[in-house]
Amino acid sequence: MSERIAVVGIGATQFRTITPDVSYKELMFDAAVRAYDNAGIDPRRDVDTFVTCAEDYIEGTSIFDEYVPDQLGAALKQVHTITGDGLHGVAAAVMQLRTGRFSLAVVEAHSKASNILTPDGVAACAQDPVYVRPLCLNSHFIAGLEMNRFCAESGVTPGQCAQVAVKNRGNALSNPIAGQAAKLTLEDFRHARPVALPLTELDVAQSVDGAVVVVLATESRARELRTKPVWLTGAGWCNGSPNLETRDWASPKYVTTAAAMAYKQAGITDPRHYFDFAEVDDTYTYKELQHLVALGLANACDVGRDVELGKTATKGKRPVNVSGGALGMGHMYECIGLARLYCAVQQLRGEAGMQQLDKARTAVVQAWRGVPTASAAVLTLAT
Amino acid sequence: MAKPKAQSPKSEVQSPKSAPAAPPYHPIAHGLSDDDFKHGKVCTTRWTADARYAWDRGVAIGRYLDGLKQGKLLGVRCAKCARIMIPPRAFCEWCFKPVDGWVELEDTGVVNTFSLCYVTWDVKRVKEPQVPAVIEIDGASRGMGIMHLLGGVDPKKVFCGMKVKAVWKPAAEREGAITDILYWKPL
Repeated sequence: MSERIAVVGIGATQFRTITPDVSYKELMFDAAVRAYDNAGIDPRRDVDTFVTCAEDYIEGTSIFDEYVPDQLGAALKQVHTITGDGLHGVAAAVMQLRTGRFSLAVVEAHSKASNILTPDGVAACAQDPVYVRPLCLNSHFIAGLEMNRFCAESGVTPGQCAQVAVKNRGNALSNPIAGQAAKLTLEDFRHARPVALPLTELDVAQSVDGAVVVVLATESRARELRTKPVWLTGAGWCNGSPNLETRDWASPKYVTTAAAMAYKQAGITDPRHYFDFAEVDDTYTYKELQHLVALGLANACDVGRDVELGKTATKGKRPVNVSGGALGMGHMYECIGLARLYCAVQQLRGEAGMQQLDKARTAVVQAWRGVPTASAAVLTLAT
Repeated sequence: MAKPKAQSPKSEVQSPKSAPAAPPYHPIAHGLSDDDFKHGKVCTTRWTADARYAWDRGVAIGRYLDGLKQGKLLGVRCAKCARIMIPPRAFCEWCFKPVDGWVELEDTGVVNTFSLCYVTWDVKRVKEPQVPAVIEIDGASRGMGIMHLLGGVDPKKVFCGMKVKAVWKPAAEREGAITDILYWKPL
């Protein structure tokens, strides 16, 4: 069996709705400098391999991987870019480290969402060009379809989904880097503009700019560094079928399968009672609830009630998205999962400041790539 | 678009006698013309992407472009590796540290490499070639150049190592873009 893998460094910029003062390279550089300082390493000397996560259409530049090395200290070193969430990048880095050929890896993801003038036009390009695009629908319609079916099968109500936004955006008020913190009430949802009902504007995570860099190491390398390692005990990923016509709208099986892969590596047989807290994808409010069920952390029939009763609140039995999630910190395209991981590592290290949980020894982190995808990645972490 | 040449498909290619019988070989020959595509005889699904962007210039590019508007070429220097770099960047990619200051450079330089291009960016053939060149800027470290166009010169007489000077747009027409320099001419 190859060595254990640890997170040994994390760095993030502020997440802000606009960042006109910095280029995307300068944004990435800022997160990288923080992560390398956090790990106590010199990227030019110490890092063996770099993985970045970006989508050309989001960046507006084809073959975007060509433009990433300089700002990460990766020029003339081993670099590759994945068109997937940051957690897919972590999984790729873990595999590289487990080959035994590398001992220190860097994973980066970022968002310059404010530079996309036509985000809905770019999102439309992800729809199937034959079966879906001719219908000329805004891509949020897919979330509307999914929310309706999920609610119909589980009994979850739109009001319970709204409670997720109230919780997460409220949590973000104590997260110093969050970009979409707000004190909401359920009353606000009564006046929220409809997007693709039952989905309202307040059910949708709003975009921010920002970057996150994470440093991973093999156990022997981690022991040489000054930081306290957080063990990455499992990494899984999975893609469902892309067809809207035939997918299971109530249950994202790809999340369950990705989780099963990670749990097996970590030896976790009872996820419901294993994790102290969870950081999961909440691009849309209902998604947090749907993902908790798919991850095996809740029953579909209870998950809506759990959020109402505060079981997933910061002071609840098992907190979910204490960081604020994507709803509270902001939607960051391929960086959403890495933002979840950044905050989970802070918790596990005991460095989460005002957000610090009393009990934070184990965590599950999950990412989804947004509509119209059926693509997820899951990590399990422990101190 | 050039009209594809129609080809008559060959039925089969004989296998060498010593080798086992190969499956029938069909050379790629669709026999379709431009008109067949234009008149809908070939079924396709079309989509025009609405993908538009406005990239933040940031610290380094922003100041560089402001300099161009003023008719100046600005570079940056790294105190650690002692390089003077252009185009400027906020950090030195080799030393991985922020740069240490700005330097105004000459608007003269030397052609590092060039090409004579007879096909334009929108795929048109031209008789007079465009001449893109990498110009190493005087005062910057060796190998530090900017990407631009040569002009006012017989393309046949361009050579690596040729000394050149920027030809600027009139000040009132400059807008803070690399096109504030019209082209580079022999010095």
